[in-house]
Amino acid sequence: MLEINNLHVKLEEEDKVILKGVSLSIGAGEVHAIMGPNGSGKSTTSYVLSGRDGYEVTEGTVTLNGEDILEMEPEERAAAGLFLAFQYPVEIPGVGNMTFLRTAVNAQRKARGEEEMSAADFLKFIRAKAKTLKIDADMLKRPVNVGFSGGEKKRNEILQMAMLEPKMCILDETDSGLDVDAMKLVAEGVNALRDEGRSFLVITHYQRLLDHIKPDVVHIMADGRIVKTGGPELALEVEHNGYADILAEVA
Amino acid sequence: MALRQTKEDATTARLEGCSLPEGGSWATAARKSALARLQDMGLPTRRDEYWKFTRPDTLTSSEVPRAAVFDPKDEPPVFDAIDRLKIVFVDGVFDPEASDDLAMAGVKIERLEHAAESDIHWAKELYGKLETNGQTPVQRPLAAMNTAFATDGLIIHVTKKAARPISLIYNHGSDDSDVLLHHVIKVEPGAELTVLENGPAAARFNKVMEVEVCDGAAFHHVRAQGRDHERRAVTHLFGRLGAESTFKSFTLTANGVLTRNEVVLEMIGDDSVAHVAGAALGDGDFHHDDTIFITHDAVNCESRQVFKKVLRNGATGVFQGKILVKAGAQKTDGYQISQALLLDGDSQFLAKPELEIYADDVACSHGSTTGAIDEEALFYLKSRGVPETEAQDLLVKAFLAEAIDEIENEEISEDLTARLEGWLVRRRG
Repeated sequence: MLEINNLHVKLEEEDKVILKGVSLSIGAGEVHAIMGPNGSGKSTTSYVLSGRDGYEVTEGTVTLNGEDILEMEPEERAAAGLFLAFQYPVEIPGVGNMTFLRTAVNAQRKARGEEEMSAADFLKFIRAKAKTLKIDADMLKRPVNVGFSGGEKKRNEILQMAMLEPKMCILDETDSGLDVDAMKLVAEGVNALRDEGRSFLVITHYQRLLDHIKPDVVHIMADGRIVKTGGPELALEVEHNGYADILAEVA
Repeated sequence: MALRQTKEDATTARLEGCSLPEGGSWATAARKSALARLQDMGLPTRRDEYWKFTRPDTLTSSEVPRAAVFDPKDEPPVFDAIDRLKIVFVDGVFDPEASDDLAMAGVKIERLEHAAESDIHWAKELYGKLETNGQTPVQRPLAAMNTAFATDGLIIHVTKKAARPISLIYNHGSDDSDVLLHHVIKVEPGAELTVLENGPAAARFNKVMEVEVCDGAAFHHVRAQGRDHERRAVTHLFGRLGAESTFKSFTLTANGVLTRNEVVLEMIGDDSVAHVAGAALGDGDFHHDDTIFITHDAVNCESRQVFKKVLRNGATGVFQGKILVKAGAQKTDGYQISQALLLDGDSQFLAKPELEIYADDVACSHGSTTGAIDEEALFYLKSRGVPETEAQDLLVKAFLAEAIDEIENEEISEDLTARLEGWLVRRRG
């Protein structure tokens, strides 16, 4: 599904190298987790994959289902099936959540040469998805993320994911700022989307999210590289011993 | 006073050969008095403080700058779906063929040309009156010029709640038409009227509308200024508000090389409400000026100014907005916001918000901002699959929404929103 090969990234504005040769291969239906200390390059990885400005890829390739995505605009990556759940979802005053979602769903369909969804079908679709995420009608009407609590914002991210039905989902610290109940709700939303044709890359500091979203593979990232890869037990090791042991071990 | 002499000479030169329209004793008297006002003030120049941000020369010149007439089939006319009484002017001349029958229960509509000959006491007292009041403390010579020389326009007397809006449609026929229109409207106590205005009108358009809103009456005004990119316009909307009356005006502007819209309101009755709003969308050779002056001269009145402009490719936006609270106008609630969204570094927004308050128990606030498109929001939308242009349009509409929300009538608001979307889509090309 997603192949990252020897990815080197520096900041566009300054001479600071962030990723120093990241390689990762996520198969269809797999859930991978990236853990790592602050500043290791986890979030940069998600931004570079989604096409945010400000980063320069100096070396390496990224393909989604064999397609080179690094040359694509963010909206083209989205239409190709990539989705990033933001660590800090953006507030957009004046744009209704529903309008936003319908525009996004139909823009992607159009880009893929599919027929746009009718207003009635869309309404049915979103109501069903919103219900399972405990998102009420009021939240759908309000401007995108404006006045939403931390939990509401993250649930709204998962709602977007459910509506857009991407193939490759990247969750950037989706657990940050969530209490246990909210985290469970979000995890349930994610688990409901698990499918043999859909892959996930879960970026997190803590193991606790991985109790709810069970990964197949866990990667430890440090200083812009994947330093260790293993099974779910690797996350538990981090939980018990912190990153220091692992980092010392690979140093 | 060399400056003053220069101005006087220029005004004299400009008015040479211009003669006051014929007809009607009271109208002639009002015109003569307006001409005297104009001669006394002189036409505006760049040196005038009130014209610091907008060059008046093409509005005052003897020669009319040409403006091409665009194909009327270019886009469907705005307000087409609204049930209304249509009154059409072509290059400032009433077109009876294209207009509806000027009859509606509780509303009497006459043409200035005819009314001037008959003895309509209310119009006599109003024509040029609110314009005269509006000349202090700031001079508005182009409005006086209009009172003096306008040959056509409507005299509208409203005694009940009008069943349908009156829709004034200003068609543009000739490349060098120079048009002055003057409307006078009186909304009697408890009566209600909505006036819609649209169309480019002329190559150069000078329009005055004087509106007396009596006690407990309501006046709604919605205007769309689109099409015919080269046209120039200066408009004055004078209003006087009685007790517990409502005055609401909204303008959407999307074209025009030069537009100056002045709104001058006197709130003389207690508990009245005045809302003035505008949304402008400027691209390239576009200069748009909203100049607003609201005087609170009564207790417990509310006024609100909401102006938004989206500018790109070197377009210029101007906002001069003032709230004057006179001594004794206690419990005044005044609000003013002007904001510009600059889509590139070539465009500019010039704002002069002013408050002048002589009462001690009032709540007045004003704010003005200039900003670029929110890159974070843009990326968020794109990351969800919305293409750049569409994402930008969505953010532009969101920005303008606060102003458009000021339109009370939902049908009209939707009509203008649809128009706005059409313009945005066309401009993507």
